[in-house]
Amino acid sequence: MTPKSSQPGFVDTMLETFQGDNAGVVPATGHTAWLTVFASGAMAFLAVFALALSLATGRVADRWADELARTATVRIAAPVGQVDAQTEAALNVLRTTPGISEALALTDEEQNALLTPWFGSELDLESLPVPRLIEIVESDPGYDRDGLRLRLAGEVPGAILDDHSRWRAPLVAAANRLRSLGLLVLVLIAATTAVIVTLAAGSALAANQQVISVLRLVGAHDSYIARAFVRRFTLRALAGSAMGTLAGCVAILLMPDPGEVAQNNFLTGLGFVASQWLWPLIIPLLAGAVAFAATRTAAFRALKELT
Amino acid sequence: MIELQNAAYNYGGGELLSEVSLKLAPGSFHFLTGPSGAGKSTLMKLCYMELTATAGQARVFGNDVRNMTRDDIAEARRRIGIVHQDCRFLDHLPLMQNIALPLSVSGKDVEAEKGNLRELLKWVGLDHQENALPQELSGGERQRAALARAVIMAPDVVLADEPTGNVDSEMSQRLLQLLIELNKMGKTILVATHDLALIRMAKSQVNIRVLRIANRRVQLAGADL
Repeated sequence: MTPKSSQPGFVDTMLETFQGDNAGVVPATGHTAWLTVFASGAMAFLAVFALALSLATGRVADRWADELARTATVRIAAPVGQVDAQTEAALNVLRTTPGISEALALTDEEQNALLTPWFGSELDLESLPVPRLIEIVESDPGYDRDGLRLRLAGEVPGAILDDHSRWRAPLVAAANRLRSLGLLVLVLIAATTAVIVTLAAGSALAANQQVISVLRLVGAHDSYIARAFVRRFTLRALAGSAMGTLAGCVAILLMPDPGEVAQNNFLTGLGFVASQWLWPLIIPLLAGAVAFAATRTAAFRALKELT
Repeated sequence: MIELQNAAYNYGGGELLSEVSLKLAPGSFHFLTGPSGAGKSTLMKLCYMELTATAGQARVFGNDVRNMTRDDIAEARRRIGIVHQDCRFLDHLPLMQNIALPLSVSGKDVEAEKGNLRELLKWVGLDHQENALPQELSGGERQRAALARAVIMAPDVVLADEPTGNVDSEMSQRLLQLLIELNKMGKTILVATHDLALIRMAKSQVNIRVLRIANRRVQLAGADL
């Protein structure tokens, strides 16, 4: 009887699959060959976009969080004659508040520039009850928001502190959710690849029952027979996904350059930046590993059922 | 080597073999005969473990087949050379690779065995056909190739199921001579055939035992053979 040996690991088994001379025992022809290559290629192409979406939304979320987290605005909404006095009082409060490194009141020109996109360039600020804005830059470790609100309420009745958290949090949460969805899409693509490869391998095993019967007749172990199929499907998935990944990267490269401003948008900023271009290299390796595991499982299950 | 003790085989539609006892001793030469459908191929399949007896016991190289794993069976088959009437080759591989298949599946270095493979092809008279595909060979050539594949691993036992079923009498004689040579080398041989002329021819050259399947049982054939 065959002595029981310790089980090799996934990587050892995978490397073992590509050793030996059993490559030719399974006929190379058949629709499953092209099906696997095409499906792996298509899935890899989609995976590149899912990865790009995930990385782009990650960048946007990080940028929004970083840029907005350290700034806040104090709005002075006072009667016309008191705006300057209350602005000065608010600046005094802010300059003496620990954790605030800078507090600057926006000039009329700066406020005009902010309102121009909505009201046009001919705006006369004097004719509108536009509140004065003071921009605050936070230092590390930051200031006590509740304490500052109380001080402003006591000393500058027309001042309202807006630390942007009200609208920043849902935007960052949405970007993070999109990043998670991108990763989920990658997992679904990997699972779909596994299903397609499993079906193709099952079909190939069924179509090659005669080959399996001959191999068993001459004393082949199930592992030898499975290896012949696994090697073929893993290489097909590797080749297909490499082509799909390349096509996906080229498509990303050819997307129009959105410019600096639009980089803040996850759709127009879709793509890879600097070392992120290395990430797509993982896709063919992942596809190969998925195909290896799927075919191996399918092959052993099928061989167990075949008498 | 191979032993069946009161073995039976039931296909589901009734018992094909019943209380079959058979012992293939080392170096013996057995013929198994009987009419078509009597169960010769089934008995051969019990011997090389493609089927498992539904009752009784089958022991191969001392192991009870019921307790053997698929890997154990694979190992045991490396010690048994099998020749089928339909030969069963991998049609996409040339003859040399088909004959070397038992070496490949056993993890042996086929390149290092190329010399022995050529000797073997010469022995069965196929040295000029090493690159031919199985479907390019005649019936007799395929049978001889199957015999070459069966003995490439120097097995202890050679089982041949109707090896002369698709060949003319001249080729039958040639195949028989090869089997006799193997037996003289000490191999245990079991040949299932309904070709009584072949059995008579063997009887005149080597010490054989002839078994006959009748009424689902295996009996020692009479002197009429």
